[in-house]
Amino acid sequence: MPSPSTAGAVSNRTPKRDYLSAGYTVRSWLLTTDHKRIAILYLLSITLFFVIGGLAATVVRLDLMTPQADLVETETFNKLFTAHGVIMVFFFLIPSIPAVLGNFIVPLMLGARDLAFPRLNLLSWYVYVLGGLFTVYALLAGGVDTGWTFYAPYSSTYSNTYVMATAVGIFITGFSSILTGLNFIVTIHKMRAPGLTWFRLPLFIWSIYATSIIMVLGTPVLAISLFLVGMERLLGIGIFDPRLGGDPILFQHLFWFYSHPAVYIMILPSMGVVSEIIPCFCRKRPFGYSFIGFSSFAIAVFSFLVWGHHLFVSGQSIYAGMVFSILSYLVAIPSAVKVFNWTASLHKGSISFETPMLYALGFVGLFTMGGLTGLFVAALAVDVHVHDTYFIVAHFHYIMVGGAVMGYLGGIHFWWPKMTGRLYPEGWARFSAILIFVGFNLTFFPQYILGYLGMPRRYHVYPEEFQVLNVMSSAGASILGLGYFFPLTYLIWSLMYGKIASPNPWRAAGLEWQTTSPPPTDNFAETPVVVDEAYDYQHIDGVSPAGGAT
Amino acid sequence: MIDDGFRLLPEQASTHAPRVDLLYFFLLGLAVFFTVLIAALIIYFSIKYRSSNRRVDRTPGSGHALVLEIAWMVIPFLISMTIFGWGATLYFSAFRPPAGAMEVRVVAKQWMWKFQHPNGRREINTLHAPLGQPVKLTMISEDVIHSLFVPAFRVKRDVLPGSYATCWFEATRTGKFHLFCAEYCGTNHSRMTGCVVVMEPAEYEAWLGGGLANESPAVAGKRLFEELRCASCHMPEADPVRGPPLQNVYGHEVILKGGPTVTADENYLRESILRPGAKIVQGYEPIMPSFDGQVDEEQLIQLISYIKSLATP
Repeated sequence: MPSPSTAGAVSNRTPKRDYLSAGYTVRSWLLTTDHKRIAILYLLSITLFFVIGGLAATVVRLDLMTPQADLVETETFNKLFTAHGVIMVFFFLIPSIPAVLGNFIVPLMLGARDLAFPRLNLLSWYVYVLGGLFTVYALLAGGVDTGWTFYAPYSSTYSNTYVMATAVGIFITGFSSILTGLNFIVTIHKMRAPGLTWFRLPLFIWSIYATSIIMVLGTPVLAISLFLVGMERLLGIGIFDPRLGGDPILFQHLFWFYSHPAVYIMILPSMGVVSEIIPCFCRKRPFGYSFIGFSSFAIAVFSFLVWGHHLFVSGQSIYAGMVFSILSYLVAIPSAVKVFNWTASLHKGSISFETPMLYALGFVGLFTMGGLTGLFVAALAVDVHVHDTYFIVAHFHYIMVGGAVMGYLGGIHFWWPKMTGRLYPEGWARFSAILIFVGFNLTFFPQYILGYLGMPRRYHVYPEEFQVLNVMSSAGASILGLGYFFPLTYLIWSLMYGKIASPNPWRAAGLEWQTTSPPPTDNFAETPVVVDEAYDYQHIDGVSPAGGAT
Repeated sequence: MIDDGFRLLPEQASTHAPRVDLLYFFLLGLAVFFTVLIAALIIYFSIKYRSSNRRVDRTPGSGHALVLEIAWMVIPFLISMTIFGWGATLYFSAFRPPAGAMEVRVVAKQWMWKFQHPNGRREINTLHAPLGQPVKLTMISEDVIHSLFVPAFRVKRDVLPGSYATCWFEATRTGKFHLFCAEYCGTNHSRMTGCVVVMEPAEYEAWLGGGLANESPAVAGKRLFEELRCASCHMPEADPVRGPPLQNVYGHEVILKGGPTVTADENYLRESILRPGAKIVQGYEPIMPSFDGQVDEEQLIQLISYIKSLATP
């Protein structure tokens, strides 16, 4: 896609110092405005939160191996699943791909030297950390037991735990999301390289753009809902608690007005990653480029119109329920379009199965299963039965772990050589990808059955007949945990001992591969000029047919 | 005993259950079909177009095929609209109790379920119900949101503080079935469980007659109505008539000050007792004091039952 002269220029030139060796002091990291360094700061912080959230889930799954309450007290159990949800959603999944991969790759993909507002970018990381500190304080001080959904009036009046500290943490972190979103929108509009028109953009950019719109428009509503919980809790202003003249359903409307679109904040970036990986490892342009691109926008728009499907049994009018059901089916169509196009992209490809591709194919499979069970929960009468059961737990883990986390790991492996200048060990990585796929299914598939049988979510003790499926789920979780442990280990190992990566080890299209690995602080020696469409793999393979991947 | 063998589907013990399961099986069929389709295509293409296979035809097509793109938008759309219609029809019937259903009052609180039968018999965490007869549950919470869930009936409904929610079922099998709280309600949420005991109608009648001397909610309501001196304003014989008479109010339209109308259902009556100023009936002055704090949820239910008994359906 860039002109051949630009591509040649980079490899011939002795690279300037790369962004990693541009300074070794703590100060040079904490005061950096380089989007690549900020991405690394985010990577470290969200990995820390992922580990904390994962440990909480580990205790929950261990405890659920028996029907009785034996490992921890019930208060502790409730705090653990709340911590798991709050941390994974707000401090891992939402920032994961946008703040790490997006921060690193978006300017490179656009041929820009940085994001539009580098200092704002650094600020958004500090805001995230500040929010994180509040939440960690709440956890250490004694935890919070409302569930990540903070339903009122339990959260606003009845819970005696650290609701406010946690809510303040999430409130603050929301601003980080808004700032990141703003930064991406402006950057994508204003800083594309010459010749990089909208329809030459990589699909990752389309999905990050759609995600940013949701972040900017949705996050303030979450802030408002939590603010109102605070008003009621601290000042006794009646908003949600009927005793004070409030309406408890109002909270659910406000909360899901953000939190349903937030699901798409988590999944859209992963869809973007997969749309990059599949063409690269099929050596061809994706099938239906514009359909994949526009479906991201369709998802972003519809995502704001479906929140009421979380309220089918809550006392919302049954006619409202019908409207939200029909709209929920409409949002399923663009997701289906993506799956069909990805699958069709394999047709007539020249497919190889390096780790990123394994994650991408795993993503398509698991997202398909998560999406199809979305049809179940959007069907009003079926939702009445499965609402608030393990069926829901399984459904959203297929989307948010099977989908979002698989995409994130695929992206981390795909761009790891670019980010670090090192190759990860391919054998271990493939093994872990398969382990994660298997472990994931063993963990969450039994939960679909458990849910339809009627086991409610957030249950510490449960009837004995549910034990077999719970043990299966916990056993699967141990495999999944192991699967996550390997990348954490070998990726760190590769920083020291991994093979040195060439500028473009995958022979991939995309401007990010036209600079050195790792890139210099300024990204490009000279601004690249784009003359071709994205994913011009025929051209690339024609130029260097003998190039090897790893 | 609750049947606790290992199974893949919950028991079907209501008229609603097999209908929901039929839709579930349809969805399951669809999900399996599309999962297998996508998986098979991925595996087939992965093998056929693996990079080491050099003999396969890779002449690029146009890169997109409009007919294909339209097909895989329109077909999922049509399928999903079918599911929508089917699910909505069942949903509608699940939340519309049939006329003449036996009414059981439910009060939920952290962490127990309190039930009261039409003749006044009360029970906690266990709900006895007759076979083959529609039972309507009118439910309210004393504190946070709870949710009444009977998997064997495929019935669930959130129980809110501050307003009545209803659901109904008609049991088709005798036996004992799980009853869960499905909405997280605090520490002992997972212990807010119980069971529904479905009995032959004759057995149920016998059971209703047992227990302590019972007073039906309507009778208790009448007594309370007198104790609270409601009649001094609200009965036609009151002089002067300061409040709207309550005969034939329940279930009928009431004209409010300024012209709007409202159907006098249970939530309207409840609001009028606790916050009389919220909706003033045309032709009357807002002089009624609030009874908020003076009557608890169960007494409110009794008063409303009494007012309901004054209306001819």
